[in-house]
Amino acid sequence: MEEVKEKIVSIEKPDLIAPPDWKPVIVGILCNWCSYAGSDLTGTSRTQYPPNIRIIRVPCSSRVDPWFIIKALQTTADGVLISGCHPGDCHYISGNYYARRRFLVTRELLKMVGFHEHRVQFSWVSAAEGSKFAQVVKKVTEDVIKLGPLHLYKKENFSK
Amino acid sequence: MARVGVFVCFCGANIADFVDVPTVVEEAKKIREVKFAIDYKYMCSDPGQQMIRDAIVQHRLTSIVVAACSPRMHEKTFRKALSDAGMNPYLLEVANIREHSSWVHQKDKKAATDKAGDLVRMAVAKSIANEQLHEISVPVTKRALVIGGGIAGIQAALDIADARIPVTLVERSPSIGGRMAQLDETFPTLDCSQCILTPKMVDVASHPYIELIPYSEVIELDGFVGNYKAKIRKKASYVNFKSCTGCGACWQKCPVKVPNEYNMGIDKRKAIYTPFPQAVPNKPVIDAEHCTYLLKGKCGICAKVCEKGSIDYTMQDEIIEREIGAVVVATGYGMWDAKPYEEYGVGRYKDIINSLEFERMVSSNGPTGGVPMRPSDGKIPKTVVFIKCVGSRDKAKGIEFCSKICCMYTAKHAILLHHKVHDSRAYIFYMDIRAAGKGYEEFVNRAQVETGAVYLRGRVSKIYQKGDKLMVRGEDAQIGQEVEVEADLVVLATAVIPDKGNPALARLLGISYDKYGYLSEAHPKLRPVETAKAGIFLAGCTQAPKDIPETVAQASACAAKVCGLFAGDTMKKDPMVSTVSREFCSGCQNCVKVCPYQAIVTEDIPLGHGSKEMRTVAKINEGVCQGCGSCVAICRSMAINLAGFTDPQIINEIVAI
Repeated sequence: MEEVKEKIVSIEKPDLIAPPDWKPVIVGILCNWCSYAGSDLTGTSRTQYPPNIRIIRVPCSSRVDPWFIIKALQTTADGVLISGCHPGDCHYISGNYYARRRFLVTRELLKMVGFHEHRVQFSWVSAAEGSKFAQVVKKVTEDVIKLGPLHLYKKENFSK
Repeated sequence: MARVGVFVCFCGANIADFVDVPTVVEEAKKIREVKFAIDYKYMCSDPGQQMIRDAIVQHRLTSIVVAACSPRMHEKTFRKALSDAGMNPYLLEVANIREHSSWVHQKDKKAATDKAGDLVRMAVAKSIANEQLHEISVPVTKRALVIGGGIAGIQAALDIADARIPVTLVERSPSIGGRMAQLDETFPTLDCSQCILTPKMVDVASHPYIELIPYSEVIELDGFVGNYKAKIRKKASYVNFKSCTGCGACWQKCPVKVPNEYNMGIDKRKAIYTPFPQAVPNKPVIDAEHCTYLLKGKCGICAKVCEKGSIDYTMQDEIIEREIGAVVVATGYGMWDAKPYEEYGVGRYKDIINSLEFERMVSSNGPTGGVPMRPSDGKIPKTVVFIKCVGSRDKAKGIEFCSKICCMYTAKHAILLHHKVHDSRAYIFYMDIRAAGKGYEEFVNRAQVETGAVYLRGRVSKIYQKGDKLMVRGEDAQIGQEVEVEADLVVLATAVIPDKGNPALARLLGISYDKYGYLSEAHPKLRPVETAKAGIFLAGCTQAPKDIPETVAQASACAAKVCGLFAGDTMKKDPMVSTVSREFCSGCQNCVKVCPYQAIVTEDIPLGHGSKEMRTVAKINEGVCQGCGSCVAICRSMAINLAGFTDPQIINEIVAI
């Protein structure tokens, strides 16, 4: 199995040259109790980060259905960030563990169909980690900028 | 069609300086469903809220989007504005354009404005899928269950019962009192432990609102906050408490001798016994593990000497069921076994004891009549070495945490030793003196000055026997030299550990515990009394090492929480809970497995209308559901949805970006 996995590498094609006015869109799905509160703290402490992320609040990272990630990549997003409480700190006892497992499977699947693994990222950000949230967003944005616009499986490409 | 109203806030300069608010309003107006959009300086102010209320009526709005600060800040404020205008408060969405835009993109006004526009569009899209939700009312059974009859359980039970709420107090041993009943005097005032505790014990027994069930254990807890069902196993006592007068004839004549738990095994009790003279209830029980009659069918002396005929060898365990609304867990602590300290000769030398054994010895109702004695030869010790942090603060051999109470009780022991044996001297090996508390530092100073106790900062490396003395070799770090003390008795302040039954109890109650076995609170700072499971509270050393004042304070806090919970006939609950569509449920039960609160059960329903064949579907108890949404994401049939965070709501948000 591991051998097979190793052979499956990202086959996302080097994209068309990004138009000069292109700005990546990152969808951030954050749990209410840790990461969303952490992102609020980033604001309260006026820590600056790239303006490409659009944040969606869910009660717990375990609420994140792989469908959301796929739908985001299919419609609007060039990258997706999921963030939850640190292991052991979940407001709902164990939700973040489910989220992590589900995320790993989803990412494997996305890699298999050709997405680069940097398109979808996962992080643990606590309610106290305002500056960490800024760093995470910065990293995800930079990673996605490097990859360029996402055309793979975008809906508009199929409707034509 | 949806008619959405959008209200964009300046937040003074907080938003307006970095986001072009009028542009955001214009962008919002371009959305087909938006029928009204306006900005205002402070949306959360009274005039701002009035604008929302007026617009709801005037423009017949069906949902509201407020673009302002974080929903964690003012969602409740705006929800109230909606309900004041006669609109369902859950039709509100908040676009967080302050924390998520104006404050974090202060160098790029255009980008911040674009983002604010996107956030508003997302909120509008979500709000269109919002549904009317209503607060859930859950009925409450006004009876509390207190597990553990130590000082924590006693205090909690008394405080709750004083509020005229019935309490069931379950105690594992034959008497309430717990560890505090074993103590001689208490720091920092040296008042007699029994003198302050026993009146409270009597109060418990005579309180009209307290049902005391001694010699029993909780074996099952079902249900959810306000509506628990507890099963309690009352162990057979083989004594009819109704007719027994507690005269004591039985235990005087009983021929079987068993190590006495109350005295830490220093002396013996009988197989029929009361743990101590002031026991509540003061009725004996037969220890079935040691009674000759129950084991071999011979003896029966207690039955012969009992004038009341209260002995009943045929008695069986009894299961008692109680419907309760809240639980206070107060199972207390135990002492760590110092066996890993081989260099101390623990287990080899009889004259090494732990602090609780010393406490029993210096207690006037203890096995030695209040005078410490060497277990080896019964001589009165003149030189006593106390070693602190045995097991505590020792990652290698023991436990990482500080046991908190040892510094104080060791100072107390030094004073008590001096009181009982005037020509004695205490040597105390310590790592740090942690005497934070009212009157605590003064108490330690008193121990040093009044009794001449020698405090040696350093660890003991070895204890060995020389003649009938124990040679304690250690380090005095303050003079940087090795020291050796010729001791008659060595007392180890071993680590305070949680009750051994805690993990099993935690699983039974559905609450969590840490790696040491201490039960976990919901939040270490702001919710130190609650557990993650609503309606279950913690008091005393079951959560972490604590001294008596802290334990009592926490127990009273538990009582306040319970009284608050029971203040109304029903409890109000957030409606953000999951619901199952039975039509789509395939009965796979994955949701049952992932639910962290055991809120999902299964039920059988007819396969079709009027059908006799049945199929299994999931059923969510909205009283227990906390609204995490784990079940929604795991459901393959998309049969579950979480109110407030439904699939359409979130997908709308994603697509609207």
